[in-house]
Amino acid sequence: MTEERERLMAICRQVRSDIVSMIGKAGSGHPGGSLSATELVCGLYFGGILKYRPEDPEWEGRDRFILSKGHAGPLLYSVLARAGFYSPDEMQHLRELGSILQGHPHAERIPGFECSAGSLGQGLSVANGLAFAFRRTGHPGRVYCLMGDGELQEGSVWEAVMTAAQHHLDNVCALVDYNHVQLDDTVENIKALGDLCEKFTDFGWNAIEVDGHDVINVVEAYKIAEALKGAPTVIIANTVKGKGVSYMEGDPAWHGTAPNAEQLERALSDIAGGNGFEKYLEEDYDSEEEAPEGEVSPL
Amino acid sequence: MKEYKAVPMRDGYGNALLKLCAADPKVMVLDADVAKSTRTDWIKKEYPDHFLDMGISEQDMVGTASGMALGGLIPFCSTYGVFLAGRAWDQIRTTVCYNNLNVKLGGAHAGLSVGRDGATHQALEDVAIMRVLPNMTVVVPCDSLETEKATLAAAAYPGPVYLRFGREAVPVITDEDTEFEIGRARHVSGPELRNAGEIADAAIFANGPMVREAAIAAEKLAAEGITAAVYDLHTVKPLDEEALLAAAESAKVIVTAEEHQLAGGMGGAVSEFLSVRHPVLMRMIGVDDSFGESGSPDQLYDKYGLRAENIAAAARGALGR
Ligand SMILES: Cc1ncc(C[n+]2csc(CCOP(=O)(O)OP(=O)(O)O)c2C)c(N)n1
Ligand SMILES: [Mg+2]
Repeated sequence: MTEERERLMAICRQVRSDIVSMIGKAGSGHPGGSLSATELVCGLYFGGILKYRPEDPEWEGRDRFILSKGHAGPLLYSVLARAGFYSPDEMQHLRELGSILQGHPHAERIPGFECSAGSLGQGLSVANGLAFAFRRTGHPGRVYCLMGDGELQEGSVWEAVMTAAQHHLDNVCALVDYNHVQLDDTVENIKALGDLCEKFTDFGWNAIEVDGHDVINVVEAYKIAEALKGAPTVIIANTVKGKGVSYMEGDPAWHGTAPNAEQLERALSDIAGGNGFEKYLEEDYDSEEEAPEGEVSPL
Repeated sequence: MKEYKAVPMRDGYGNALLKLCAADPKVMVLDADVAKSTRTDWIKKEYPDHFLDMGISEQDMVGTASGMALGGLIPFCSTYGVFLAGRAWDQIRTTVCYNNLNVKLGGAHAGLSVGRDGATHQALEDVAIMRVLPNMTVVVPCDSLETEKATLAAAAYPGPVYLRFGREAVPVITDEDTEFEIGRARHVSGPELRNAGEIADAAIFANGPMVREAAIAAEKLAAEGITAAVYDLHTVKPLDEEALLAAAESAKVIVTAEEHQLAGGMGGAVSEFLSVRHPVLMRMIGVDDSFGESGSPDQLYDKYGLRAENIAAAARGALGR
């Protein structure tokens, strides 16, 4: 397990470097929410959970990942490039005229990207729709949908939450990047979410809480979620906005600000130096004994 | 060409709101988690009891503002034009407009000027979907000072008002003394066609940052011996029918220019009115049934044809020159 953890953490470092580098080069963008969800998305794409074929992006049998918080495009842009959907060179052109990598994702242009986004609160309904389509066509796949915690202030999210529960869409797995920060301020200061786990379970969902920066636990949570039948599952990932870059962590100012050249250098050295990763590098994990910390709240 | 200081239009919105909050306890400022972008964070700081950050809940913001208006307050709802006009449209239609409530809407980051954020954030349809609503007033000012005046005027104007402004700093082409009245087109340059006996080859009606492009276009045309009258048609609804009829009578061609879809925008409003009341040769400059994309604002204005040269070419073409 230690080896697997090392492998996934190395990918996360690569992806984080990509994120800050491409946003730094573009001169604008949203680093905070891409960095906080890195383990969540890397665990999905590189932890053997999501089924996809980079050489055949439209492969019928694939699972679907819906990025509802479109401002975290750079995270997906890196993950898809590193997964082999297109050349990592594309990241040099983030936000440029004519680029396949738009400021907010335009799915038509990007191999492997399922649904354009940028207006918050729309993705979960789309995920439900895909889940209905899978059910009707006998498709065995699963649908994952990543949302921000601030995004949960959109009423449409809760409309979709009720739809998924009503129709027992157990092929839907919602991911909440619970980083406690939105654009203007902390979520607590603007419109707090209260006990999020309980909110979802009251609505008829399974809820799993996980340390969103422990990539092995994240992968385990996906496996647990897949085994839970009869209701949709949400993975509530406790995360830190701007994770991995010391000066960005937890600071709303880095929601939508690009690092300048000097800041970028510091960001890259933080990421390479494994700021926040030492814990895992030093500890010795025994794969047999390791159990996910996730708390499962059954129906 | 005269040099102008460039200031973001939202600064005008923020300045006006500061003045309004200082003067009137009934004024409330609401935002939907983009207070840093709309300048309502100035209110949050100076007049915290006039301010409410509703979070990422545009529909809730407009509904709450409606209740405030029913209770006698004057609420200003603020967020990006796409999410304000788009996300909360049904609330704006049925609760705000059908009740003719005194709710003011500040649509920021409209048009292509959002640049790098791309199509999802570039409101190019907001004027169309706002102006189609009964009881709604729609104002698209041209610079930060005019935005300030428009915001102050909106507070005093009864009923729903949608104010629209862009993101980038744009040259301040008006000054403190420039007149501004909701519903009255502002004469910018060239012959004043509302005066008896004045004529022009072309009359150009522009709004938003396109007013400056129109003025530059008129200078180019003048150098070629083509006279053009330029108007800032900041109020898309109610239209200044008097100015439009005067132009239709006294100019050979009318050109409109806006940072918006051609369909349903200000040019569409002008054409709906004149085609019935006083048919005249028209050309329209705007985005032609397309989403925007990422790029610098300058690159996008070039690509989507929102330049003085495009306006001048349209006038020349219509005049057969
Ligand atoms: C409907 C809508 N309203 C407002 C915005 C502007 N906006 C973009 S990101 C953001 C904050 C998002 O916060 P959160 O969901 O917590 O995302 P994260 O912390 O994961 O970046 C806001 C208000 C938007 N994109 N869409
Ligand atoms: Mg957040």
